[in-house]
Amino acid sequence: MSTESTPALVKGAAGVDAVSTDGPAPAGPSARSPRSRSTTAYLRYAAGKLAGAAVSLFAVLVTSFFLFRLIPGDPVKQMTGGRQVSTEQIAAMRAEFGLDLPLWQQFTEYCGKALTGDFGTSYQFRAPVMDKITEALPATLLLTGTAFVIYTAIGIWLGARSAWRNGSAGDRFHTAFALTLYSVPSFWLGLLLIVTLSVGIGPVPGMFPTGGMESGDESGFAYVLDVAHHLVLPVVTLVAVEYARTLLVMRSSLLDEMGSDYLTTARAKGLRDDLVRRRHAVPNAMLPTVTLLFVNLGNTVAGAILVETVFSWPGLGGLFYQALSVPDLPLVQALFFIFAAAVILMNTLADVIYPLLDPRVGR
Amino acid sequence: MVTRFPPRPSRPRGRLRILLASGAAALALAAGSVVPGNPLGPAPQEAQAADGKSTLTVAVAQSVDSLSPFLAQRLLSTSIHRLMYDYLTNYDAKDNHTIPGLATKWETSPDKLTWTYTIRSDSKWSDGEKATAEDAAWTFNTMMTDEGAATSNGSFVGNFKKVTATGPDKLVIELKQPQATMTALDVPIVPKHVWEKVGDFSKFNNDTKFPIVGNGPFILTDYKVDSYVKLKANKDFWRGAPKFDELVFRYYKDQDAAVAALRKGEVSFVAGSPSLTPAQAASLKTTADIKVNDAPGRRFYALATNPGAQTKDGKKFGDGHAALQDQKVRQALFMSVDRTTIIDKVFQGYAIEGEGYIPPRYGSYFWKPSAGQKLAYDPAKAAALLDEAGYKKNGAGKRTGKDGKPLDFRILCHATDPNDKAIGKYLQEWWGDLGIGLKVDCLDNVSDPWYAGEYDLAFDGWSVNPDPDFVMSIHTCAALPAKAKESAATDNFICDKQYDELYAKQLAEYDPAKRADLVKQMESRLYDLGYMNVMAYPNAVEAYRTDQIKSITTMPSDAGNIYGQDGYWSWWSAVPAAGASGGSSDGGGNSTGVLIGVGVAVVVLAGGGLLFAMRRRSTAEDRE
Repeated sequence: MSTESTPALVKGAAGVDAVSTDGPAPAGPSARSPRSRSTTAYLRYAAGKLAGAAVSLFAVLVTSFFLFRLIPGDPVKQMTGGRQVSTEQIAAMRAEFGLDLPLWQQFTEYCGKALTGDFGTSYQFRAPVMDKITEALPATLLLTGTAFVIYTAIGIWLGARSAWRNGSAGDRFHTAFALTLYSVPSFWLGLLLIVTLSVGIGPVPGMFPTGGMESGDESGFAYVLDVAHHLVLPVVTLVAVEYARTLLVMRSSLLDEMGSDYLTTARAKGLRDDLVRRRHAVPNAMLPTVTLLFVNLGNTVAGAILVETVFSWPGLGGLFYQALSVPDLPLVQALFFIFAAAVILMNTLADVIYPLLDPRVGR
Repeated sequence: MVTRFPPRPSRPRGRLRILLASGAAALALAAGSVVPGNPLGPAPQEAQAADGKSTLTVAVAQSVDSLSPFLAQRLLSTSIHRLMYDYLTNYDAKDNHTIPGLATKWETSPDKLTWTYTIRSDSKWSDGEKATAEDAAWTFNTMMTDEGAATSNGSFVGNFKKVTATGPDKLVIELKQPQATMTALDVPIVPKHVWEKVGDFSKFNNDTKFPIVGNGPFILTDYKVDSYVKLKANKDFWRGAPKFDELVFRYYKDQDAAVAALRKGEVSFVAGSPSLTPAQAASLKTTADIKVNDAPGRRFYALATNPGAQTKDGKKFGDGHAALQDQKVRQALFMSVDRTTIIDKVFQGYAIEGEGYIPPRYGSYFWKPSAGQKLAYDPAKAAALLDEAGYKKNGAGKRTGKDGKPLDFRILCHATDPNDKAIGKYLQEWWGDLGIGLKVDCLDNVSDPWYAGEYDLAFDGWSVNPDPDFVMSIHTCAALPAKAKESAATDNFICDKQYDELYAKQLAEYDPAKRADLVKQMESRLYDLGYMNVMAYPNAVEAYRTDQIKSITTMPSDAGNIYGQDGYWSWWSAVPAAGASGGSSDGGGNSTGVLIGVGVAVVVLAGGGLLFAMRRRSTAEDRE
């Protein structure tokens, strides 16, 4: 049967990795088909990646606990700053937040609870940390998610075109323009947009709200439009600053592909230049860009601290800023963990999906 | 085999055309909404609410920590509680003296230990129930018995022995010791019939059921975390209904954005907390329809010295410079501070030169040093004082002690406060001329070295309440920590018998004039000791739109601040400007918002359509 093969053949076909990972393959009729072998290899690969992610997550959990304990300042002093409090009250507060326990006990409790999604109570808001986070998460996802879709589309599109016409005036303009915006501080660009497009300056009329996510007196479809209206400037700011990265990665990886033989072959077949670019070159150049996309996707959870601050966007970035200024340890720890976890998970997802996009990976 | 079809029009251009077309459509929509006559013109046209409701929108920088009066600590939250709930007493807007609130009158027993308040009969909760002495008694008792409920105002009831309602209009508070702050109990009285259902006071944030039952001038109707707090006028408020129908506190994390919102008319008022910067104030001053309120502040800004950190039982700790225990050295340092330069150059005129411990806006407690007592700027005299104290200049121009060590100090500075840094530079120069070295330690968190007593000097400052008890109490020996480095009420480890005696006297003194006199004596003593010297009283700088707010009460009424008053006077008294319905909560007005929103939706839809078209075409090419 064609699906059956001898161990020798398998070795030859699957290469060094197959040997090193699978060891000597069983002989005789029970030998697995190449298909099931490659599935096994993939599962092993994926399991390895997932295990790596789990280790990273644990490392982040440990770091988040100890790192923020290095910040000088006693949380109780911060909480009671400027008020007359009795020693009993201070002791009660310490007990309430578990600060009277030895550090190792605080740590084991923290880890145990974190596994169940319980990150404790926020010092400043007196509310469960997870409640504060789930309250702010949708706003961040809306803002950074919208921006992500737009800057990815613009970045890939412009990057591919720039590379394809490498050295042209268009290429030089796009690259320079994107790099200029990339180096602009986002809060400054945001303020500039507020002054021009929100307040209005000279002949430019004010068109957008100066901040916030909603007016607070709309409902139904009008509410959706109202949020969209508030969304425009922060998204424009994020897109303007962020699209350069995608553009540059896309451009450079496409440039790497440009001299390849398969493109010459494709052209020799008589395919139109446009088609060669889109059907042959771009898909092959997408891998590094996909990596970047997943990293960016992980970052959409973290939000954009500066942009959220300038536009008073009620998301996680702003919450993190507030938490750090107290410092509100439970909130800071949880946010740090969640931000890091999102990036780790997205990277792992990218790793796991890679072999499906490009069979050379993961063997 | 490849079948060839006639070439299609160039795709990129086609795509560009769709993109341009959709962009143009969006722009047209947006532009259509900005032609004259449209509601997108500048305020106040845009402020006209469709239903004629007048709204006063206030831009605030702080987010709400809790809407529970038992937990809230931030200025914004406690100011909102002033609006939602009545307090036993209130402060007069003119000069801060105590006036009736929920209590119409009060009297004390001859031994000064029993206080009887008469509760007014015309105050009603917003759910129709009557507000009674029972509500007040329940509020205080809950704070006395529940640790969670004592979180924010526990200090007021620490000295309470028993609180009872002897009738619907009689509240009796028995004290362990006389307490002068009995007419300054800044505690919101909550409705018992609503709050007795609360289980855990340390977790209940009072922010889920709207409207929130209250009896103050405004009723809280809506709250969205980190976005806004909405209140509507309480038409049944016993002192009379507010003039604006609605009051909205809108959250701006960035003050420049808040100032932009004021310029646009999106908000009616920008809170001076933190104060507007001199640059912001200067630019707003020249803007039409905007008034900058440059009011004497309630804060003082001081130079503090470490007198040698110690615990209550006298154990020394920390590493404060020994030279600073000499009064002459402390006074010499202060005499070489040119406060006029600080006011002019650092505060750019938005501050008053500092003297006593309590800012001049609290007229009855404000104290000034006499001509002979005043430590005026006089470097020559400062040098002479240092010589007298035994710190003479050596050959290199440095002052050294008897041990031959040069006089070098450290000063704690708040890294987030540009004023600290700027003044630090001046001090380095002035004290350098005297032969003293200064290292400016700017830290994000100064409280740790402070509590540990590991500093020589520090930039210090406090907001002062109409009742000065708290700021005076932090310099008593009783405020010292029980153990080294432990947090305590003390500000600078100051412990002086004479000061303590005066403090005890004023706390037990119920006669306002006599008490004020004792407080002034304490200020005088503090000034002479020189552990703490006030350099400036920074102004409260805030701004509002005169085309939205016709008039508003400042506190004190002559020249005072608007935001963060000790009372509800500003928002209760604010009168809408004629022709304007107050700041709209939505910048562009509703119809503009809708139009632009439609524009955005069109762009999104066009983009989606574009992607769909590209997708279809790519499958068509697969078929090729």
